[in-house]
Amino acid sequence: MRTTKLEKKPVEVVNNSDLMLISKQSYAAIDKWIAKYHPENRQAAVIPALHIVQEENGGHLTIALMDELALYLNMPTIAVYEVASFYSMFEHKPIGKHKVSICTNISCMLRGSEEIVEHLKKKFAINLGETTTDGKFTVKEVECLGACVGAPMCLIGREYHEYLTPEKIDAILEKLE
Amino acid sequence: MANEVCFSTLHLDKSWALSTYQAAGGYAVWKRILKNKTSPDDIISELKTSALRGRGGAGFPTGLKWSFMPRNTPGQKYIVCNSDEGEPGTCKDRDILRYNPHALIEGMAIAGYTIGASIGYNYMRGEFYEPYDRFETALEEAYKAGILGKNIFKSGVDFDLHSHIGAGAYICGEETALLESLEGKKGLPRFKPPFPASYGLFGRPTTINNTETLASVPYILANGGKWFLELGRPNNGGSKLFSVSGHVNKPGNYEVPLGTPFAELLEMAGGVWKGKELKAVIPGGSSTPVLPAKIAMEMDMDYDSIAKAGSMLGAGSVIIMDETTCMVKTLGRLAYFYYDESCGQCTPCREGTGWLSRVVNRIEIGKGQQQDLDLLLDVAGKIGGRTICGLGDAAAMPVMSFLNHYRDEFQFHVDHKRCMV
Ligand SMILES: Cc1cc2nc3c(=O)[nH]c(=O)nc-3n(C[C@H](O)[C@H](O)[C@H](O)COP(=O)(O)O)c2cc1C
Ligand code: FES
Repeated sequence: MRTTKLEKKPVEVVNNSDLMLISKQSYAAIDKWIAKYHPENRQAAVIPALHIVQEENGGHLTIALMDELALYLNMPTIAVYEVASFYSMFEHKPIGKHKVSICTNISCMLRGSEEIVEHLKKKFAINLGETTTDGKFTVKEVECLGACVGAPMCLIGREYHEYLTPEKIDAILEKLE
Repeated sequence: MANEVCFSTLHLDKSWALSTYQAAGGYAVWKRILKNKTSPDDIISELKTSALRGRGGAGFPTGLKWSFMPRNTPGQKYIVCNSDEGEPGTCKDRDILRYNPHALIEGMAIAGYTIGASIGYNYMRGEFYEPYDRFETALEEAYKAGILGKNIFKSGVDFDLHSHIGAGAYICGEETALLESLEGKKGLPRFKPPFPASYGLFGRPTTINNTETLASVPYILANGGKWFLELGRPNNGGSKLFSVSGHVNKPGNYEVPLGTPFAELLEMAGGVWKGKELKAVIPGGSSTPVLPAKIAMEMDMDYDSIAKAGSMLGAGSVIIMDETTCMVKTLGRLAYFYYDESCGQCTPCREGTGWLSRVVNRIEIGKGQQQDLDLLLDVAGKIGGRTICGLGDAAAMPVMSFLNHYRDEFQFHVDHKRCMV
């Protein structure tokens, strides 16, 4: 049993005027997650809530947003920062309109993910982790996304794209606004 | 024979819909249990007969795991499904979520009933948007049909099931890290003991099983433990989903009986691509030791046979490498993965995985020195068994096995500053 466990505080009612940056719709979505856990365990909703907040903010988190969420979930702000920095799907700098996450792990590597990465680097004249100058695409290298039999593959927005070739990814990117 | 358990409805139109699942006999077991008030001991004994072993990687007997849950402890207990699927090479749970979500729901409901848990959570990795949507839709259907909720079919039994999502961290596949993550924290594995059966989610008794394990349960109880056992082999009951990836003509998820010869599975996957020769096989996901073709071709795909061949069945993630594969580069990619994903809690793992990654990389790019080969073994040996969770061992095992079988390739890189393949 870890001894560093945070003591549970009783749920405080937060003052509505403190909650300004996150929209009503997002709070409604977050409330649906909170309802899945015992009221004492409001914090359990933090990962889904960070996803919601990040999406509403166009793909990245800010300190102000995390502070507001901490207040709402009755968590110390540092506990929210810890979670937000531990998981790779959370971004802390503005990113492009479309995040292209390319898997380069073993099964994808064996079937040519390097070629896809090189193709995109050349096409956009950027390195991995960077955003195109028009702000449209961020290309990110990720670890295995659990679609190894469709290798090489990538995640764009909410969608997996499998059996990639340079031509195929060109066609996919072409269709994105 | 193939597709007899989790994939038995795969060929049907909209296999993920409640109506399809029910038409194929789905939820009959759940209804029967609620009606007859089947004793949990009977369910556990059927699972023990079936020889179902955990499909998440460790292969622990499921019936035995369920029997560890305390019977007389009052208060909330939980059943948690591990759909975090992140072991490189593994992608079967995604297909269960997409194509047979109701089998998982039924399996979780039965598990909850058996261990006395009225609440369940299915923890899916954050990138699984499509599988999540499918599972959520299936949950809605099940609630609407009165299959889940309070006083189900007027039986007096309650069971609530919820989805939960992660956000990108391989370590959260480790069961206690998963619990921490579900509680809204960083995914740092916990010391064991106490085990989750006594101190689990929110400090309550909890059973954690893999998606495929839980989705197999309804089929076992519908057809009998003996039926399942006889699909496979003694101590290796049932069929298993194998994700065959890498250098094959038809990569895919294949559900075949445990004990199927590797050569047969390879053939189902269309054989090695481009007419090339088979060089090496990782039989159970990136953490399991690599095997040279010669050994693999004589091995059968079950827990005991693969162990005898010197590796592990793991999650059934079969990674195929042809003769053109550079083993130094391949190990380099895996070593980087473990370095990237180590949670940093334990010094041997946090520091050791970095060393492994850097040293393999420098050998690959022709900057390795003679002593680097032994250095790798030394570092790997100092991680294994010295960490809170299994990630340390998972990082060490590939290094040891790659060097054990392909030391000459590493030596060539050191001597000639280039690759021999
Ligand atoms: C580093 C690490 C990663 C793991 N990843 C997964 C995973 O993605 N999915 C999974 O089911 N089990 C994973 N496991 C195994 C779990 O800890 C646990 O044994 C399993 O979920 C138990 O379910 P089962 O008995 O049904 O297999 C992982 C273990 C370790 C050490
Ligand atoms: S290795 Fe790329 S999805 Fe698994």
